Amino acid sequence: MTKFIFKRLLEAIPTLLVLITVSFFLMRFAPGNPFSSERSLPPQVKANIEAKYGFDKPVVEQYFNYLKNLVQGDLGPSFKYKDYTVNELVAQALPVSAKIGAAAFILAVLIGVSLGTLAALKQNSWIDYLVMSGAMVGVVIPSFVLAPVLVLIFAIGLKWLPAGGWNGGAVQFMVLPVVGMMMHYISSIARIMRGSMIEVMSSNFIRTARAKGLASSYIVLHHALRPAILPVVSYLGPAFVGIITGSVVIETIFGLPGIGQLFVNGALNRDYSMVLGLTILVGALTITFNAIVDILYAVIDPKIRY
Amino acid sequence: MFVSKEKSQAIANAAESLEIEGRSLWQDARRRFFRNKAAVVSLVILTLISLLVIIGPHLSEYAFDDTDWSAMHVGPSIESGHYFGTDSLGRDLFVRTLMGGQISLMVGLLGAIVAMLIGTLYGATSGFIGGRVDQVMMRVLEILYSFPFMFFVILLVTFFGRNILLIFLAIGAVSWLDMARIVRGQTLSLKRKEFIEAAHVCGVSKWKIITRHIVPNVLGIVVVYATLLVPSMILFESFLSFLGLGVQEPMTSWGALLNEGSQSMEIALWQLLFPAGFMVTTLFCFNFIGDGLRDALDPKDR
Amino acid sequence: MIRKPSLIALAVIAAGAMSSQVHAAKVPAGVELAAVQQLVKGNGAEVATLDPHKTEGVPEANVLRDLFEGLVTSGPNGETLPGVASHWETTDNKIYTFHLRKDAKWSNGDPVTAHDFEYSFKRGVDPVTASPYSWYFEKATIKNAKAIIAGTTAASELAVNAKDDHTLIIELEKPLPYFVSMLYHTSTLPVHKATVEGKGDKWTRPGNMVSNGAYQLETWTVNERIVLKRSPQYWDNASTVINQVSYLPLQSQNAEMNRFLADEIHMTYEMPIEHFKRLKKEHPDSIKVTGYVGTYYYQFNTKQKPFDDVRVRTALSYTINREAIANFILGQGQTPAYSFTPEIVDGFTPAPQAWAALSQKERDAKAKALLAEAGYNKDNPLTFDLLYNTSENHKKVAIAIASMWKKGLGVEVKLENQEWKTYLDSKKQGNFSVARAGWIADYNEASSMLSLLESDNGNNDGKYNSPAYDELMAKSRKTTDANERANYYQQAESILSQDMPVAPIYQYVSARLVKPYLGGYPNNPLDNLYTKDMYLIKQ
Repeated sequence: MTKFIFKRLLEAIPTLLVLITVSFFLMRFAPGNPFSSERSLPPQVKANIEAKYGFDKPVVEQYFNYLKNLVQGDLGPSFKYKDYTVNELVAQALPVSAKIGAAAFILAVLIGVSLGTLAALKQNSWIDYLVMSGAMVGVVIPSFVLAPVLVLIFAIGLKWLPAGGWNGGAVQFMVLPVVGMMMHYISSIARIMRGSMIEVMSSNFIRTARAKGLASSYIVLHHALRPAILPVVSYLGPAFVGIITGSVVIETIFGLPGIGQLFVNGALNRDYSMVLGLTILVGALTITFNAIVDILYAVIDPKIRY
Repeated sequence: MFVSKEKSQAIANAAESLEIEGRSLWQDARRRFFRNKAAVVSLVILTLISLLVIIGPHLSEYAFDDTDWSAMHVGPSIESGHYFGTDSLGRDLFVRTLMGGQISLMVGLLGAIVAMLIGTLYGATSGFIGGRVDQVMMRVLEILYSFPFMFFVILLVTFFGRNILLIFLAIGAVSWLDMARIVRGQTLSLKRKEFIEAAHVCGVSKWKIITRHIVPNVLGIVVVYATLLVPSMILFESFLSFLGLGVQEPMTSWGALLNEGSQSMEIALWQLLFPAGFMVTTLFCFNFIGDGLRDALDPKDR
Repeated sequence: MIRKPSLIALAVIAAGAMSSQVHAAKVPAGVELAAVQQLVKGNGAEVATLDPHKTEGVPEANVLRDLFEGLVTSGPNGETLPGVASHWETTDNKIYTFHLRKDAKWSNGDPVTAHDFEYSFKRGVDPVTASPYSWYFEKATIKNAKAIIAGTTAASELAVNAKDDHTLIIELEKPLPYFVSMLYHTSTLPVHKATVEGKGDKWTRPGNMVSNGAYQLETWTVNERIVLKRSPQYWDNASTVINQVSYLPLQSQNAEMNRFLADEIHMTYEMPIEHFKRLKKEHPDSIKVTGYVGTYYYQFNTKQKPFDDVRVRTALSYTINREAIANFILGQGQTPAYSFTPEIVDGFTPAPQAWAALSQKERDAKAKALLAEAGYNKDNPLTFDLLYNTSENHKKVAIAIASMWKKGLGVEVKLENQEWKTYLDSKKQGNFSVARAGWIADYNEASSMLSLLESDNGNNDGKYNSPAYDELMAKSRKTTDANERANYYQQAESILSQDMPVAPIYQYVSARLVKPYLGGYPNNPLDNLYTKDMYLIKQ
């Protein structure tokens, strides 16, 4: 195990380096720059701004400077939010996204796996149809439709919950964003779980267990759930990174200070250091969770070798 | 143990017969598919939707880009000829919903197909070969996954201008990543199964094991995930429009219509419901067809 | 609905000798105030910075106006009111002497002096500060600004000098009668020298910032909210009613509207045009529409064929049915624009051009003839791309106009949207045929609009080049006579209507939702709102 983790850590460095390099140079090719604006700047002013942020140096030199600072844990100043550094902004936004994301994730897994299992066990019954129809609608209806509907009903109509805001993550402010975010995942997880559970339940070792006269709830919990959840776990690795790094749609609708807004505004404003910083964050998380997923594989199915 | 050995034997036999009578397998699958009522009905509905989407716009008295200041936000009505009502510029929503379906169906299908082809092969190869190859292939996936995609799209627009093919390129570029991870996970679990080992022992080549044994056995999850991808890709297309790559006005797509509808649902709910209804129906069809295909192609049922 | 600011009042102010009648929250007799005076405003987007010398956007300006007070402020109807300067005088519109009030204080208790303003102006123009609005000082023709920006003169040479603690003298290169009204702008706000120099880049943080306005910075969470609380040190603190104001960076107009309807914010930044009719019906007393000095227009790339042909430009411009755009598509009170300068601008009302008086039918007929003359017809239809930046409203206008051109002239237009930075790049590079554009005046004077089309203006993206026009604008800057200047502007507008380098479409308004129990909401044509002028009424 320790060897596995150590190996993965070693592999992570070149992976991230490739990611950073490709992203760094590709971003510079995009039209516009952080300081282009509707009102053209006098050339001298432009030159001064560029000098201030080191844009006057050759790109390659900028790249190595960036790496040098990165090694010291410095992601640089934000070009868009000029009063802050990327480190500060990410430190402020990540807990928000992570809190909402983690809540949505846990609920989505619990509900999704349960619903999927239920539908599989009651295959072709009305329960199955109900769950699957619900899941289908949940997959089709995007969060940019669902979230405003929730606001209309629960905030404006019933006045039960606030229509937005964060306020340090008080529970009532989290309910609607979490619901708005998790529906898609519940639906997807339920759908994947159902398919996989049906397949497992029709396999030979379950039939054997049945023949032995074991109670079906026991069979599901002790025999079927493990192999059936494998594809869900595969799905969740990348999905989890997507969830905890925030959804710009949910954050914009509910006015939440999360990573999603930073990322999209960063890209639209050509805030290179911000986008690069977040790319590294996403990369590191992806690598980590893929490693965790690989470990989980081995836990779920001891036969798996790499 | 004894049972599964027998089964793997049977599969190995089937695999051999498969090489000899390749055609009959597909005939067999087709026969089975057509016995599945839900799948056949879905296929019929999907065909109808496709036809409607292609022919429908010509059936209306309105053109998709006719603006009408006197008929903005008009609700659905039979008399006026605006069967689905109109949008904020007085354009006929019936025609626009159907027009939008053309691009959305293509995008959804393409996303699913690319994911199934590239994603499945990539994942199966990586998982089955394992070792160094797996490591490198997975690291490449991680890089692609973390890459700031918005810049990729902006660059595409900048260097190649606006082109419908680019939409497909962008969609194809992202659709297969998750699929590859999922298939790889399943492959890891499959490759230690007896029938694969048996095939190995029998001297079947790696490529053949992947295509003939691994892929058919992961098909179930592949089909399920592919149906989930269809709506995601349809919505993703509208995000591309935001960056200037997607479908351009006055043309439209279901994703764009859904987006517009969500902006005005308090005043014109029909602008949301009609495109959403089409999308849900289409997805149901894809889903049942997918289930039907999986059952028909499932090697275990043979 | 759109009103002209009182010109007489302005003339009086400009003449000098002002009593210190200052605007502040004037609660009418009989109005009972709410117990909790905490205002929440939508602010459109996260502020890029709270350093007055690094900003360029509207969201920043909104917050800065509450935090800092300049020499003068903009009154509820756009008139110039004393700020830190209680009065000022000039004899030649060239040398201005500002007399600062003696009771003005920074939030840490330090007195606000003329030296602070001298420091701030010099900081704003100093290339080292790299202010994106440093050109504003050059535009105000403050002596030496141009040379300082170009890097040939030291910033200390800027002709802004404190004669003593309470007297500031600003010398211009040439007479500029509207100079004082240019000082509402956020780039002319004062900053606290000791704080800026002591805290470096972190001086704008809560806890560090020292400001001289009615409010001081309490908390700032990026992308969530900025909270300001009233500053007890502010010289007119006694008149301030609202104790706390929060700015929420809500980017989605719909989300903002929903927050308003859920009673979470008192005032929105904008409002979605789709919902205007519904809201007008359901919440008629919550809608505030005021004129905004700015014009929405389409810009022709005059360096590109066939848009170098004035007939093509004129034909396209004539065919745009501006009434339909203003009334049906926008419908919030925007008015059709037939001249580049909006009618509400101060000191000059563009007289209607001949073509504006024609009916749309007549214009369409003329347009057809012009386009045919230019060689375009059914067999050789004009086709081009119309560029706009991604936005629902721009999209709607573009679709409508494309459809007018198609129906009226048989012109085939391809719409092309680009995200903001790509769009800016395309425009600056001249990579467009016809592009959507809009311009909001930096100060309330026609030159803030008209100078845009001078051949040497860096923002003249259509590369319009008319020596006659340039000459008129140069003359307008030289004259000290208001009537003569208006006359030059009128002639400039006439040239524009002949050359049609741009097709003006509509005149902006600022339309937002405001709770009916928020009192003191002004009618400012530059949308300069000050929280200190407002108050919450008991419901």
